[in-house]
Formats: sequence, C-alpha cells, structure tokens
Amino acid sequence: MNIQKKRNHFPDRKAEDRVKDFQEVGLPIDFELAQKEAGRCLQCKHAPCITGCPVEIKIPEFILEIKNAQIKEAYHIIRKDHFLPSVCGRVCPQEKQCERLCVLAKTGEPVAIGKLEKFVGDEAIQKQYNQSSKIKTIPGKKAAVIGSGPASLACAGELIKNKIAVDVFEALHKIGGVLVYGIPEFRLPKKLIEKEIGVLKQMGVQFFEDSVVGRTIVLEELLSEYQAVFIGVGAGTPLFLNIPGEKLNSVFSANEFLTRINLMNAYAFPEYDTPIPNASDVIVIGGGNTAMDAARNAVRLGAKKVTVAYRRTENELPARKEEYHHAKEEGISFRFLISPLEIKSDESGKAQSVVFQKMELGAPDEKGRRSPIPIQDETELIQADMVIIAIGTQSNPLLPTISPKLKLNSKGYLMVSENLETSIPNVFAGGDIVTGAATVIQALGAGKKAARQILKKLEKE
Amino acid sequence: MFPIVSKKKYNDTIFELEVEAPKIAKNALPGQFAVLVAHENGERVPFTLADCNKEKGTVTFVIQVLGKTSSYLLNENLQSIPHITGPLGIPSHIDETKNHIVFIGGGLGIAPLHPIMKAYHQIGKKNTCIVGFRNKNLVFWHDRLSQYASKMLITTDDGSIGEKGLVTDVLEKEISIQKPDLVYAIGPLPMMRAVSEKTQFHGIKTIVSLNPVMVDGIGMCGACRVTIGGVTRYACIEGPEFDASQVDFDELILRSRQFKKEEDICLRDYLKNGIKK
Repeated sequence: MNIQKKRNHFPDRKAEDRVKDFQEVGLPIDFELAQKEAGRCLQCKHAPCITGCPVEIKIPEFILEIKNAQIKEAYHIIRKDHFLPSVCGRVCPQEKQCERLCVLAKTGEPVAIGKLEKFVGDEAIQKQYNQSSKIKTIPGKKAAVIGSGPASLACAGELIKNKIAVDVFEALHKIGGVLVYGIPEFRLPKKLIEKEIGVLKQMGVQFFEDSVVGRTIVLEELLSEYQAVFIGVGAGTPLFLNIPGEKLNSVFSANEFLTRINLMNAYAFPEYDTPIPNASDVIVIGGGNTAMDAARNAVRLGAKKVTVAYRRTENELPARKEEYHHAKEEGISFRFLISPLEIKSDESGKAQSVVFQKMELGAPDEKGRRSPIPIQDETELIQADMVIIAIGTQSNPLLPTISPKLKLNSKGYLMVSENLETSIPNVFAGGDIVTGAATVIQALGAGKKAARQILKKLEKE
Repeated sequence: MFPIVSKKKYNDTIFELEVEAPKIAKNALPGQFAVLVAHENGERVPFTLADCNKEKGTVTFVIQVLGKTSSYLLNENLQSIPHITGPLGIPSHIDETKNHIVFIGGGLGIAPLHPIMKAYHQIGKKNTCIVGFRNKNLVFWHDRLSQYASKMLITTDDGSIGEKGLVTDVLEKEISIQKPDLVYAIGPLPMMRAVSEKTQFHGIKTIVSLNPVMVDGIGMCGACRVTIGGVTRYACIEGPEFDASQVDFDELILRSRQFKKEEDICLRDYLKNGIKK
C-alpha cells in the first residue's frame, strides 16, 4: 500500500484577513479532510506516538475511528485520557511530542495528530457527544484543587471520573487559568474552553472563583474539609530585564499585555472597561510562544509595525515553528542578535525608543546552546511607542502564603516527591508551579499523574 | 455574587459600600485590600478594606467617584457585586515598639487608615490623627476615626472647618509638640510625598499605602510595579505598604496617569450609553 508521504493541508484564514480581528486563525476541519488524514495512520502496534503524549491518549485507536467515520467513538477514546481535546488539539506542541515519534516522520511527514484531535473535540462539542451525566461520588472522600489551569483541570477530571468529589478554587474571576488569561482568542477561542470545562461541571466538579488559597481560604481549612489537595497554581510572576526605562508608561510585561486582552477583553474597549493604549510601533522582547502571542495581538490591535527582538538567532528561537510562521505571515518583523540596553522616554514619560546592544553567538554552553555575547560598541536605536517584555516568568510569589510549611526549591518552585506529593502530607502539586514554565499538555500530564496518586492514597485511607 | 448590605453617600463624590463577603471578612487584617469587578464586562479594581465585620461577615469599602467603575457602583441600583477577591496584600505590621503614632489621611485616604488606627488603639497606643479635605462638605468618617485617636485634627483647603492649610503644616506643629515614633500617611500621591519629605527631615519612620494600577492583584502581571529603594517591587503582593522614604514618587505619579485618556473615554461612554448588557 502506498502511503501519502506528505500530510494533508489544513487551511488557515488568510493572513491579511485574520489580522483584522481576534477570531480563530485555523479554519474548521471538515470530515472528509480529517478522514483522508486519518487514512495515513499506519496503526502501528507499538504506537510510538502514545509514548510522546504526556496524557497517553490512545492515538491510533481514535484515528481509526475517524477513518471509520465513528466520531463519537473517537471522542470517547480520547476522553478516557483527558477532557480537553479541542484545547490540546490547538495548543499542544505536537511536533515535539506525539507527531515527532510518528513512524511516518522518518520518511515523510507525520500524521497531523493535533489537527485530528482538534477535529474530534470540535465535533464532540458541536454534536454534543460530550454531554455527561453527574457522577455519583464516594461518600466522605473529597479533594480540593487550587487553581483552574490545565494541571488542575486534568487533576479534577481524573478524580471525578474515579468518583471522587472535587472542588476547584480559582483566584481570578474566570475559570481556566492560563487558557483564559494567557492564550489568545485567535489561537484558542474562549467558548471552546467554556464548553470543555462544562463537561467537568456536568460530571459534578464544583468551581469557585475569586478564591485565593492562602488569603481567602487557608490551607488548614481545606485540609480539615478535604482528604487531599492538589496545587496547580501556575508559574506566576513575569520577569523584567532590569534595564533603565522599564517602568515608563506603555511598557508592559507580556503577562499584563495578554491578561488585559485575553482575560479582560481590552480589545473590545470601551465595551469592556479594561483599556490597552493604542500604539503604532511595538517592540516585543523575547523569542518564545508568549512573545509570538504578544506580537500577534499587537498586530490585531492595529499597530503599524511590530518587531520581535531576540538576542539569539532564528535557529535558537524557542517559539513553536507554527507560531513563528504565523507571526511572519502576519507581517511581524524579526530582529535577531540584539539585546535591549535601555528604553528611552518621550516628554510625557512614555516609551519612545529602545536602545539595543548588537550580539553575536559565542561558544556553546553546557546544554549545547550557543550563548549570545555583546559586540563591543555596536548599538542600535529602534523607535517604539510600546514595549512588551516577554522573557519568561518566575515562580508564583503567593506560594509561601498558601503555607509556610511547603518546601520550595532554590528557584521558588514547589518541591515534590516522585508521587508529586509536597512536603505536606496529602497535598500534591503539578504543572508550572513544580517544573517552571512549560506546556499545557505537560501540565495536563502532571495533573493526571497527581490525581492517580491521590486516588491511591484515598483508597488506602 | 456578593450581596450589597448598604450604600451610604457622604457627598457628591464619596460613598461607602458594605458588602457580604464572609470569607474575606474572616481572614482580613489591617492594611489589606480586595479586587472588585463591578459588572461582567468590568475592570479589576483594587479597593482598600476600610472595615470588616467578622460577626456579620461583611466588608466595607469607601469609594471616590473617579471613573466608570466607581460611577457605576454609585449610580446603579445594585443588589450585588459579581466578583470580589481578597483579602490581598501584606497586612500592616503593627509595631508594638511604637508608642505614639501620627496618622495622616488625605481625602479618601482616611478610610484605609481606619483598621490600622483601630489595631494600634487596641494595643493601647497613642494615636494622633490628622485628616485633610478640600472643604467642609467633603468630610466623612471623622467620628469613626475619633474613637481611636486621642487627638483628632482637621485641615481644609478653604478653612471651612478645622485649620486652613495642608496636613503637613499641622504635622509640623505636632512634631514640635511631641515627636511621634511612627507616621502613617495615606492619600493622594503628592500628599504622601510631602509628608515623606517632612518626616525624613525629622528622621521619623513613615509608612505609606500605595494604590497603583493593578490588573490581577495576585502578582501575575507586574502592572503595579513600583521602585522602592531602587528595587522593583510589586505593590499587590509585596505591598501595598512601603517605607515612604524609599518610594520613587515621581515615577509613581507618572505611572498613575498612564490610562488617564482611556479612563475618560470609558467614563464618558458609560455616562452616555450606560452598561451594555
């Protein structure tokens, strides 16, 4: 049998159209296209793709169901392992996970597993295959989940599926964590998150917004009411560069910029109260996915020129290839090997330009990555009336307020055992708050793993 | 949902809002604040917890009408507030080694002084309270603060009540009578800066409570970053109280104007069109 070496093309909206609004970039996937792509799957017995998936979705099985036009079955196969296919189909870096290990990748292009997952998730929402009934929980066994991002949702899903009652406490006024405040609407429409979280609600998971554990409720209170607690509060505080001019007006952390737009809908100001100022020349500093998200949002807000400045080269760019290409299609300029020295002000105290140090790549570091080193006396000034700093985050600063008894590592992240249990018995943790900033799917994997450990522990008790 | 228990209007621009929020009331300590979302499309706005009734399970905010959120809260006939998150921020450090504390409140700033004054009063400390208003009509909570102060002084810009002049002039006099061990100043930024300059000159430790622009209020966005002693600090999780002598007030004043234009647009839109449902 001849297998088509190249994957099928899954079209996006044209760049010139999509930059005018905040609607999704990828177009809906129709069944024929999904079925055609599903037909490429070799149905390998050893299924290497599954080992690349942190939640171990039975990938060949669900793909086979698509091929057989049994989409409801496909959805329920995915759902055995997690509840967020529409989310993960869009935001997982599949090229580094399942698709990287696809046998077809050795001789051609891997099966577009992510696109197929998205297709199944979206169909399940549209055709209501995802409708669930309330699960009868085991009396006297309850778990509390702190935070409502991917790790927490996965943990809650796994627990409720196994008949453990779950209450989720979210600090913000909306449920979803980084999915709602971090990832842009045009990559992940909010209504899909709502629908997929809706499944957990139907099954009986209770969500409480405006609840900062350590402030609104203290951990001791939770431990007296719940037999186990999972902490999945995410990475937290944005890093700044510590260069002059960083507190000028119109200088934002990517977290602030994205939170204003995503969580607070600033793009629809003044229909929504939270503002984001207009800017014509925007510089985004950093080269990760968050930098791409910020830059692409800036384009959609109407900036004339958006430049991403990264201190290494295109080869080291940490962003997903897909995001980088999307950004370039949308007219975003990339400047490599420059590193900011100072943000200069106009007469009103607002950012006006950024002075950059030119860099070159030096010797590889211990990880084999070549470090950028300054080229003496070579600087460059670039105009910017908005500067967005997207150089990463550090640990959640509110952690010690949850409990001073929680052991943290030198970087301020939670220390956990092999079983993801923290230094406080029956308190587990997972996701960015343990590992530092990582991906949605890794967080889902950790949440699921922690849930399994909680189940074991609750069984014994 | 957080049911509104009462709304009291003190004058055209200042009103008090008492809301049922039992969890916040239970855990709140002096100096902390809460973030309030007034309606489903609303902004997250921080307000100091001016009072808490742990038995009733209520918290009280005193709010000055400035932009859309505050106008909305005053004008609309609301039954409840959709979202209130708190208590946030590091509570005031109630320093038992200080015996005489001067509290200075400018306008709305006198409300946040209330729980801190109460805490010092309860451990038997001598409180002097100086409050400043533009005129007599704007005075509020004078009686409420008086119960925790052994001396209560008012200044107004026009002399319509109390002494004509600035709080700093009265402070100068008080210092000359008896130098306080600690000064608390809460109010408009220029007032806090003026107090800070004066007390630095006299070598008196001074605490200010800062209220910069915030979004999440839980240390996630960095909007509220301030320079304290040359170091970047987040007012939401490392404040809101800081040693006044270390605060870069110039920077803070510039940053406080960051969204002035947008705030005006938003307010005008609300006054013209109301809330879009």
